[in-house]
Amino acid sequence: MTTMKTLTSSLILAGLLGGALAGSAQAQIHIEISGVGNNQIPIAIASFADENLAPQQVSAIIRADLERSGAFQIMDAGTISDTADVDYNAWKARGAAAVVVGSVQQLANGSFVVRYKLLDTVKQAKISQLDVMTAPQYPRVSAHKIADDIYLKLTGVRGAFDTRIAYVTEENRKFKLKVADADGENIQEALSSPEPIISPSWSPDGTKVAYVSFEQRKPVVYVQNLITRARVVVANEKGSNSAPSWSPDGSKLAVALSKDGHTQVYVVNADGGGLHRVSNSAGIDTEPQWSADGQSIYFSSDRSGGPQIYRMGANGGDAQRVTFSGNYNISPRISSDGKTLAYISQRDGKFQLYVLDLASSQETRLSDTTNDQSPSFSPNGKYIMYATQAGQRKSLAVVSVDGRVKQRLTAQAGNIKEPTWGPFMQ
Amino acid sequence: MRKISSLAFAITTAAILSACSTPVKVAEPAPVVEAPVVQAPPAAPTRTVAPVVATVVDPLDDPQGVLAKRSVYFDFNSYVVRDDGKAVVQNHSDYLQKKPNRSILIQGNTDERGGAEYNLALGQKRAEAVRKAMTTLGVPESQIEAVSLGKEKPKAEGHDEAAWAENRRADIVYK
Repeated sequence: MTTMKTLTSSLILAGLLGGALAGSAQAQIHIEISGVGNNQIPIAIASFADENLAPQQVSAIIRADLERSGAFQIMDAGTISDTADVDYNAWKARGAAAVVVGSVQQLANGSFVVRYKLLDTVKQAKISQLDVMTAPQYPRVSAHKIADDIYLKLTGVRGAFDTRIAYVTEENRKFKLKVADADGENIQEALSSPEPIISPSWSPDGTKVAYVSFEQRKPVVYVQNLITRARVVVANEKGSNSAPSWSPDGSKLAVALSKDGHTQVYVVNADGGGLHRVSNSAGIDTEPQWSADGQSIYFSSDRSGGPQIYRMGANGGDAQRVTFSGNYNISPRISSDGKTLAYISQRDGKFQLYVLDLASSQETRLSDTTNDQSPSFSPNGKYIMYATQAGQRKSLAVVSVDGRVKQRLTAQAGNIKEPTWGPFMQ
Repeated sequence: MRKISSLAFAITTAAILSACSTPVKVAEPAPVVEAPVVQAPPAAPTRTVAPVVATVVDPLDDPQGVLAKRSVYFDFNSYVVRDDGKAVVQNHSDYLQKKPNRSILIQGNTDERGGAEYNLALGQKRAEAVRKAMTTLGVPESQIEAVSLGKEKPKAEGHDEAAWAENRRADIVYK
C-alpha cells in the first residue's frame, strides 16, 4: 500500500474460480462479486512495463474493473510492454481472444503516461491503443479509461468504469455525503452533517450533486458544487422539500414539495427560480425522474391506493400508470435508452429490486435480499446499483440488468445507503 | 513607674470631673486599656422596600403541564389523529391561539419500512393531519408548518412492532 491510496478494495470472485483472492484488511469498502455474465470473453491482461513507478498498479485496476463487469474471463499474462512483439498464436492457443499490454512512464513534472494496446489474437491485429496522461495522484483514472476502452471495443457498449458514485454514510449519528470512483475507491467527503442527508442526485455534467438535507429541522433541497463547495438552496418552501432529479440538460430540477398541503411534483430552475407545479392529484406524487430525452417525468403516486409508478409529460398533464403488478411500487429510475424501468416493489413483505421492459411489459426481479432501496442505473444502462441490508448493516449492491452478475459493497463500519451512480465523466 | 501612672490616672480623672473646662497638660500619654466592645446588632431596615417581580409561568415550560405532551401517535398505515392524540392537539391549539407570536413545526415520522422518499411523503400526511386538526380548532396557518422527517430520525431504534409504533408519530416542535 502507498500513502497516496486511502483505501483498497478487495475482490472475491465466486462461481468463476470457486476461490477467493486476497483482500486488504484496510479496505473501507469491500466488494464481493457473485455470478458471471453470459458468453464471457477470455482476455489476457499483462502487467504493464514499469507500472511499479505509479502509486497504484494500473493493470490490477483494469483487471478488477473487467472482472467486476462479469463480461470477461481474465487470464494473467506476466509483464508485457506495449512495445513488445506479441505471439498471437501462443495466446490464441491458450484460449485468449484478446491480449492487453502496456507501459507506465513518469514525466519530469510527476504526471504519468500510461500506454496500452488491445490486441486481437484471432485477427492477429491491434484493435485499439491509448496513451493516457494523468496527474501524479490519479493513475487509477487512466486504468479506468483503459478498462472503458477495452469494454467498448470488445462488447460494443461504452464502459462505465471511469464514473463516480455518491452515497450517504451514517456512523455515530454523523451523516456524510461521499463521492467515490465507481469501484468504491478514492472516497471523498462532500458534506458532513449531524442531521440526515437523503436522495443525492448527480447533475448531468457530473460537477454538482443535489440532495435533501435535514439540517434546518425539515427537509430542504440543496445543490452543491463538488469543485467549489458552493451550495444553493433550490427548494425551501413551507413544508417538506425533497426528491430532486435533474433535467437531462442540467437546467432544471424536478422536486417533491408539500407547499400546497400534500406532496406533489414541481419543477424549479437549478438556481432556485421559476418554481411551478407539474403534477396534480389529491394524494401523494413524489420521486420524480426525468427520462433521458427530457420529454417525460416518471414518479410514484398513491392516487390508486398503494404507491404505483406513473409517467407524465415534463410539463405535467395527464399521467399514465406504468406498474400494475403488486400493490407497492416505488422509486422509479429509467434507463438512458428509455426502454427499462427499475423500481422497488414490496411483495410478501420483502422490498426488492425489479426491472420492467416497457415495450414487452416483462417484469424481472433482480435482487434476492429483503430490504432494497434507491436503485440507480450505471450511465451505460448495463448495471443497477442499489441500497440493501446485510444483517443490521446497510450496504450497497450492484447487479447487471440481466441479473447474472451481482456485487455487494460493504463499508468497514457504519451504514452506507442512498447510492446514486453519476454520469459519464466529461 | 508605678507612681507616675497613678498620678496620671488621678490627673485624668480630675480633668474629666472638671468637665474638660480646664485643659490639663499631661507629660505623657496615659496608657489606654481597651475594654472588649460588644457590637450591637444592626437595626432591621424598616424603611426600605424589597420589590417583588411577578412572573407569569409559561405553561409551555411546565414539565408537569398538559403542554409537555407534544407527540401524536398513529396506527399502522394510518394518517388519522387517534382519540388519544386529540387532547394534545387541543391543548397546543389553545396555547397557540393565546400566543399569536409563537409558531410550531409539526414533524411527521414513519416506521423504518419502505423507501426513504415515499416514507417522507407518508410522514407529511401525518403532519398535515395534525395541522388540519389545529387549523380546524382555530389556529392560524401562519403559526403552523407541517413537515416530515420520514423514517430518517427514528425515536425508537429497534426493529420490532413496539419500535415501529413509537415511530409512527407527529411531534410538535416550538420554533
